[in-house]
Amino acid sequence: MAGPFTRLISGRNTAVLLASLGAGTMATGFLMTENNSLVAEAKKMLYPPSSDFPDLRKHNNCMAAALTPAVYAKLRDKLTPNNWTLDQCIQTGVDNPGHPFIKTVGCVAGDEESYEVFAELFDPIIKDRHNGYDPRTMTHPTDLDASKITNGVFDEKYVLSSRVRTGRSIRGLSLPPACSRAERREVERVVVMALAGLKGDLAGRYYGLGDMTDKEQQQLIDDHFLFDKPVSPLLTCAFMARDWPDARGIWHNNEKTFLIWVNEEDHTRVISMEKGGNMKRVFERFCRGLKQVEQLIQERGWEFMWNERLGYILTCPSNLGTGLRAGVHVRLPNLSKDSRFSKILDNLRLQKRGTGGVDTAATGDTFDISNNDRLGKSEVELVQLLVDGVNYLIECEKKLEKGHDIKVPAPITQFRK
Amino acid sequence: MPFGNTHNQMKLKYSSEQEYPDLSQHNNHMAKLLTPAIYERLRSKQTPSGFTLDDVIQTGIDNPGHPFIMTVGCVAGDEETYEVFKELLDPVIEDRHGGYKPSDKHKTDLNPDNLKGGDDLDPNYVLSSRVRTGRSVRGFCLPPHCSRGERRAVETLSIEALDTLSGDLKGKYYALKNMTDAEQQQLIDDHFLFDKPVSPLLLASGMARDWPDARGIWHNNNKTFLVWVNEEDHLRVISMQQGGNMKEVFNRFCTGLTKIEGLFKDRGHSFMWNEHLGYVLTCPSNLGTGLRAGVHVKLPNMSKHAKFEEVLKKLRLQKRGTGGVDTAAVGGVFDISNADRLGFSEVELVQMVVDGIKLLIEMEKKLEKGQSIDDIMPAQK
Repeated sequence: MAGPFTRLISGRNTAVLLASLGAGTMATGFLMTENNSLVAEAKKMLYPPSSDFPDLRKHNNCMAAALTPAVYAKLRDKLTPNNWTLDQCIQTGVDNPGHPFIKTVGCVAGDEESYEVFAELFDPIIKDRHNGYDPRTMTHPTDLDASKITNGVFDEKYVLSSRVRTGRSIRGLSLPPACSRAERREVERVVVMALAGLKGDLAGRYYGLGDMTDKEQQQLIDDHFLFDKPVSPLLTCAFMARDWPDARGIWHNNEKTFLIWVNEEDHTRVISMEKGGNMKRVFERFCRGLKQVEQLIQERGWEFMWNERLGYILTCPSNLGTGLRAGVHVRLPNLSKDSRFSKILDNLRLQKRGTGGVDTAATGDTFDISNNDRLGKSEVELVQLLVDGVNYLIECEKKLEKGHDIKVPAPITQFRK
Repeated sequence: MPFGNTHNQMKLKYSSEQEYPDLSQHNNHMAKLLTPAIYERLRSKQTPSGFTLDDVIQTGIDNPGHPFIMTVGCVAGDEETYEVFKELLDPVIEDRHGGYKPSDKHKTDLNPDNLKGGDDLDPNYVLSSRVRTGRSVRGFCLPPHCSRGERRAVETLSIEALDTLSGDLKGKYYALKNMTDAEQQQLIDDHFLFDKPVSPLLLASGMARDWPDARGIWHNNNKTFLVWVNEEDHLRVISMQQGGNMKEVFNRFCTGLTKIEGLFKDRGHSFMWNEHLGYVLTCPSNLGTGLRAGVHVKLPNMSKHAKFEEVLKKLRLQKRGTGGVDTAAVGGVFDISNADRLGFSEVELVQMVVDGIKLLIEMEKKLEKGQSIDDIMPAQK
């Protein structure tokens, strides 16, 4: 690769290269001062996309599966309006080859426009991750009418707690991988100002990560509300932990049932939760809170990132659509030992995690069970799926308790044939 | 990041106050010296390859530091960083390198004949001797900022050059990404293998991107001369051997480096160097010589002496554990090396180590016999 061009790139020889590109003396003199994009131009010629194409032979993630040299060549030199590049989107996937059993996504958006400018890469990734959802032809339904949920109160002998989470991004500000400090602070300002307008059971307060007292910190830890600086290389390689803990914080209502994380992996993560099995009430509060926050930011001229192709826009493509994970902590001592447990979950479109969250193992017989899907089905549909699924699991558990047999349910249809 | 950081232009629509980092909890050279006024003046600039002020300082923002250890808190993305951002980096350099002024000139001296003695450090105390430095290849961006294409070009150039070394310097390159398990184990056993950085100081500056692409280790067949490619710098060059013959280590170091420099020049590339900053490396702490000459030495008595730190300071030496920077000493064995990098030549720094270690061993021997060391306390160098 090192050859005649490389010698030319050092300072005083740039003039020779510029001449070879066809720039006259005056133009060269003008261009060589403040405007450094000319050197970028020269570099692009020196380093064609093929010289920069990442080595993905050991990789197992959606980005590595979708990024061909041809797609890279087409997209490498493009910029979003916020000047975010393809290399910055894919860096986390290049740095984290993945695991043979777990297929991570391997790329992030730096702003809303990433999904458009780099659509040629993001669309196949979205299709891969979201069971065949094709952003080019399909539309995503949004439905936050909690009254439609049926059978949403679980048997508390089994269900210990219920929770729904999602994320929201503020349109016009870059996402956590790309945002400058000023943008991040602006997100914090906009969100905190809106949340201050919540009333009644939603009234609460904000704790900035950088300036909470030790006592406040301990309380938030005891409540299991505190989030910490990301340690996962999936996140740190995507530049999301820059400037920690500047402009990061936690807001929660006085009743501790509605919680918002500011500037962690997304602009906001919105969480509704309570002990026990009343998922319907949890979802009702979730929808009401989200709608009120949306209204409060709209009053000040802001809105959430959303479009009908991709639903709510979030940093990770895996969270597009609803960004919704509805789940319960549920005791299933008999069912969890049955060899059909995984298959049953699969067919119900559910996933299990340990009670510490993603990438943790279950302790004892208590599992975190939640919906697998995010995009292509509405919030109401996904919560109903979770509700029906958990009710089915509880029925199985009860049958096994009595020594009766259980049935594996038929799989719920997906887009992918 | 590569090909011009036009992202910086977008940030300019926010005011300097809105973008200025919160450094209230910080203890590093950058945080001490980056005033809001300097930030305002430098934030709109970028180097020809697009490295910006925020790129320079990100690692210092993300790593507030330690009350006892003053880290640098900034890095260069290319040679021009030290020019374009001199308003910040000159004070950082002055602070870090004992008052080195923007007008000072740095001497380079890689003539091993100028070293007096050093071939007779007592092997009963000195277990091993080592000299390391770094070199950057002019015309390529440095590890925090280089593209994959550039990094690979540096690797290819390095392999081409190193492959032509002969005699006792003849050796082989092992690319990190395709070494066999057997090769990897051998390199670990030889204490040659470097791994993906885990230090947040390095990670936050972007040096570990695309690991292990275009990273590798070259060493001679005798296992006494070693080159790391694309770790924290383009090249890290190391000469080492068991025992106390620092002169031989330094001989090989100078010969090898000079040869390598010549081989790169043959291919149309010089090392980054200028008469003010000497050799230009990624971290401002390694400017000048980039040289750390050190020994692993047994000082069980001396290290427990109340004046140990004072003696080291007077001799312009520093101690580390035998695992390298940020490790603790084990069994009274210390890694002792020169504290300075800039403002002294290579020969001068190695001389300080040689003379200093001689004195420390003398002190150790006295303490072994129950004698005092007060009469041989050194003056401040």
